[in-house]
Amino acid sequence: MTETTEQVRRDATVRVFRGEDRTSGQFVEYTVPVDPGMVVLDVMFRVQQMRAPDLAVRWNCKAGKCGSCSAEINGRPKLMCMTRLSSLPPAEPITVAPMATFPLVRDLVTDVSFNYEKAKTIPAVRLAPPGPDGKRRMFQEEVDRVQEFHKCIECFLCQNVCHVIRDHEENKEAYAGPRFFVKLAALEMHPLDTRDRIEMIRAREGLGYCNITKCCTEVCPESIKITDNAIIPLKERVVSEFYDPLAWVKRRIFGGPDDGAKEPAAVADR
Amino acid sequence: MATTALPAQRRVLRRDLWWLEPLFIVVGLGLFVVYAFVTGVQTSGYHYAPYLSPFASPCISANCETYSFGRALLPAWFPPAFFVVWIPVAFRATCYFLRRSYYRAFFWSPPACAVPDARSGYTGETAFPFILQNVHRYAWYLAALLWVVDLYDALLAFHFPAGFGIGLGSVLMILDVVFLGLYVFSCHSCRYLCGGYLDRFHGKPVWHRMWSAVSRINTRHGVFFWLSLLFVVLTDLYIRLLVAGVITDPRIVFG
Repeated sequence: MTETTEQVRRDATVRVFRGEDRTSGQFVEYTVPVDPGMVVLDVMFRVQQMRAPDLAVRWNCKAGKCGSCSAEINGRPKLMCMTRLSSLPPAEPITVAPMATFPLVRDLVTDVSFNYEKAKTIPAVRLAPPGPDGKRRMFQEEVDRVQEFHKCIECFLCQNVCHVIRDHEENKEAYAGPRFFVKLAALEMHPLDTRDRIEMIRAREGLGYCNITKCCTEVCPESIKITDNAIIPLKERVVSEFYDPLAWVKRRIFGGPDDGAKEPAAVADR
Repeated sequence: MATTALPAQRRVLRRDLWWLEPLFIVVGLGLFVVYAFVTGVQTSGYHYAPYLSPFASPCISANCETYSFGRALLPAWFPPAFFVVWIPVAFRATCYFLRRSYYRAFFWSPPACAVPDARSGYTGETAFPFILQNVHRYAWYLAALLWVVDLYDALLAFHFPAGFGIGLGSVLMILDVVFLGLYVFSCHSCRYLCGGYLDRFHGKPVWHRMWSAVSRINTRHGVFFWLSLLFVVLTDLYIRLLVAGVITDPRIVFG
């Protein structure tokens, strides 16, 4: 090792949650050498290499695109691979905990299958018939609006931070969560989709539980404006359908926003 | 290697100043509510020609110091502000930005991200009373109408007895109406009504342009919320200080 490298190398202390359940588990403190430019996931690798080879950490791409290494760093939900050490207070130990909303498997690994079950309840897109030339067309201004929603990497940090299920386990049955409101918004605003999911979004997916405190938007590593661009527009569509008599009268007289071409969707529509 | 007992899942692991934002909201909104109540119950001191406080506009009751529409439309049952103040109250109380803020600051639901809720049960906006937040769009219709009246008042603030002029009050009133306008028209309900309800923008360029314009200012909706609140207070305070004779209004009148 050169003198220059030695000069910039320092130690970092991390307090990592260890255990197989949340009541008997505990935070264990490790001090490992770190290099400039390292991210928290690199430090977990150092801990595995030098102090605790049995530390369970889920990861894949190390590039912020697979959504596997979600955790709570100093109490804030983040991707470990996208959190530089230089962004954290240098004088304090770094706390790394598993996501709080999902059942613990071990150490930093949680069972996120709740999300996969919710995904199964969302009716897939059903495209309108092709035009006279046999082609279906979307236009740029329509693509621009929904493009953002397709950036989601399914890290489930938004699901984890959402207090509706984080602090109220009993709501998990009735509430889909921000990740799936993004999915539903992408489908609802799809210019060629023919399914109407508004009643489902209100009654089955539990949009009304969201009180728009915007934590999902704050933690999204893809900077998707979940609340402003997905959840609130969906809430407004629910208002039109269920709470706005003027909109109801307008629909009856002038037809729906897209000529009433949509049909109510059911969970089985996959 | 050292170990510490694991806290329950509900322990707050955040070490930053997460309580600062809720505290700012409690103090800021608290001060505004106190000021609005004190000024709202006054039966005088809100009109200093040609300036009319936004709290008392439109002035339509028989006990008004000036009539916005030339004559009294309602009896003098309450202080003039009471007849109109419920519109901005309803609009702001159901505003998506303010909901985020007061759910955090006053209901601790949650106080900050990854900080536990204060209450054990939670039904959000699916049950009374918070299901009433769905009236926001109606409140917007009324708030947009009220803004037109505020704009009219702001234009009248350049009309002095001796002719056209500009006073510091005129500038405050125009800034007030600009920030109010930005707040009202950057509203999420407005964004929806201005084309957000459409799935297909193609072939509807006017709707797309309107939706795009509202979307641009919608990203600053919270900033406009606070600025409009501040300028409503500043304008009212300025007019009250003029009426009380504490200050004089610097003005240029062109005659």
